[in-house]
Amino acid sequence: MPTLTYRDALNQALREEMQRDDRVFLMGEEVGVYQGAYKVSRGLLEEFGARRVVDTPITELGFAGVGVGAAMVGLRPVIEMMTFNFALLAVDQIVNSAAKMRYMSNGQVGVPMVVRGPGGAALQLGAQHSQAFESWYAHIPGLKVVMPATPADAKGLLKSAIRDDNPVIFIEGEMLYNTKGEVPEGEYTIPLGVADIKREGTDVTIVCHSKTVAVALKAAEQLAADGISAEVIDLRTIRPLDTGTVLESVARTHRCVVVEEGWHFAGVGAQVVDTIQREIFDALDAPVLRVTGAEVPMPYNKQLEKLAKADPAKVIAAVRQVLYVD
Amino acid sequence: MAGTATKPGRKTIDPATAETWRTWLRQMLLIRRFEEKAGEAYSLGKIGGFCHLYIGQEAVAVGTIASLRPDDYITASYREHGQALVRGITPRAVMAELFGKAEGCSGGKGGSMHLFDASLGFLGGHGIVGGHIPLTTGMAFAIKYRGTDQVAICYFGEAAVNNGAFHEALNMAALWKLPAIYICENNRYGMGTALERASAIYDISERACSYDMANEVVDGQDVLAVKAAMDRAVERARDEKLPTLLEVRTYRFMGHSMSDPIHGHYRTKEEVEEQRKRDPIAVWSGRLIADGVMSEEDVKAMDRQVMEEVEDAYRFAEEAPEPEPEALFRDVYAPEES
Repeated sequence: MPTLTYRDALNQALREEMQRDDRVFLMGEEVGVYQGAYKVSRGLLEEFGARRVVDTPITELGFAGVGVGAAMVGLRPVIEMMTFNFALLAVDQIVNSAAKMRYMSNGQVGVPMVVRGPGGAALQLGAQHSQAFESWYAHIPGLKVVMPATPADAKGLLKSAIRDDNPVIFIEGEMLYNTKGEVPEGEYTIPLGVADIKREGTDVTIVCHSKTVAVALKAAEQLAADGISAEVIDLRTIRPLDTGTVLESVARTHRCVVVEEGWHFAGVGAQVVDTIQREIFDALDAPVLRVTGAEVPMPYNKQLEKLAKADPAKVIAAVRQVLYVD
Repeated sequence: MAGTATKPGRKTIDPATAETWRTWLRQMLLIRRFEEKAGEAYSLGKIGGFCHLYIGQEAVAVGTIASLRPDDYITASYREHGQALVRGITPRAVMAELFGKAEGCSGGKGGSMHLFDASLGFLGGHGIVGGHIPLTTGMAFAIKYRGTDQVAICYFGEAAVNNGAFHEALNMAALWKLPAIYICENNRYGMGTALERASAIYDISERACSYDMANEVVDGQDVLAVKAAMDRAVERARDEKLPTLLEVRTYRFMGHSMSDPIHGHYRTKEEVEEQRKRDPIAVWSGRLIADGVMSEEDVKAMDRQVMEEVEDAYRFAEEAPEPEPEALFRDVYAPEES
């Protein structure tokens, strides 16, 4: 299997879907001439022209709304947000227009649109550029929320998101774009709503997604050295949530830690914990713990930023706690 | 008859034009009687939530939609009963929607503010002020993308022009030369805030200059004037592929919504009475009578017929079934197969 970066895997997905379906177009800030703020759209303007790779003014609300309107009459827009921090300006369009159109119109008008771009923190970008918003979008009926962690998942999930008839929030990671992984050759898709066991284990289940998959895998590796076998489940899709895979695993391991980049309060992990305690309460040998970002706006200082983020040490500590080994 | 009409007293009207003109009067009467009935039903508790009536603005919906083709796209604000009726959603389907019934044009799940009929290109009443304006830009983008010659039009009030969605949407439409028509129904008040208390400039049409966009101001109480201005805008969009901002000056005879009295805190009884002298229906029926297209008796007969149609819609809505409980979870997402 060829090795690709996450960035190039996304680029392949966009290219293949645009070749496959003329209704698909890419719109956003700097997607064309500049080749993408993070170069995800590199070469697409040259291949598809300015009709289908559309540079916009800096107007997130406006071009998100343009995407919704175009989708309402049959196109399949891929709207790039330079980051999901900026997408806050577009939340009215995503929540009030995209997510509700099918329902309000009694099924007459759908919005097959993907809103994609990086979310969460990178390095020292400060409070306004370092936020994980997946739980906001996952809260909204009518939206799907997808967050791939690996190049192979990124490609397969983006292709499915583009073919999906619903509005899909597709959150990537600035810190993931350069990561490499094996990507199958040729045509493939990965269905939305299916989690993936990234590492098998027997003593504890670590549930994670996006950037925290690497955190959890590193923790699992170190835990293995101490004789603790951790299973790592990558949710891949936040909504719809693959509760089956999570429950099946926790029913086997009886212990669970949920890791996410976002804040603790009302985060994605809260939903996972709710499901576990409700469905398999008797299978649990310890309360489910959560490792999240600290409840603060992200500080600029490097050391403080490090303290605010979920890391392998925090995951290991939580795992040891649910195993009652300390 | 009070008011004035465009070039009254023309002597020879060809039969086809006369028929069209009578249709416009009928449409305006339908909106008026429908809205009066909706107001009555609201007072009786048969309609819930918010209900924003269109009384006083009838000539705008009629004069603008008269210029459109069936395959054009329409998006509107939450004050959209009038546009929905003129576009051809039946009074029964609109009234049933206001009643929240399954036979409503949005299955009873949209309500007064979210009327839809995709088969007529009527793509929604939308409830967030200004939020739907970018959707129209997107529809016009899709038209250009496909290379067809449809037009996308958007209705909004003058209060919407002060928010970012308006600015962002019009800038892109002008930048990309899209076939969109932005119809600002300037009824003088955003809820209870007068235009002068909300906008730094009085002439809404001047906003278009910021985008180098064609613009026009038209008397919204004169259906013929509205139609003529809309014809120019549609030609510009369909043939020249350029957008227009059309400011239509009109007046809302009723309160902002059913909970707002007709006059009181923010406008006087005298002001409303003064404006009512230019009731668009009186202006237009006066013109038709002056031109000999209709007699006063004809107008009265037409009105009676319209009232009967509205009564029929009311009875239909009352008797229509409620949505079944299963409808609650339907259409949140697309069916799996597609």
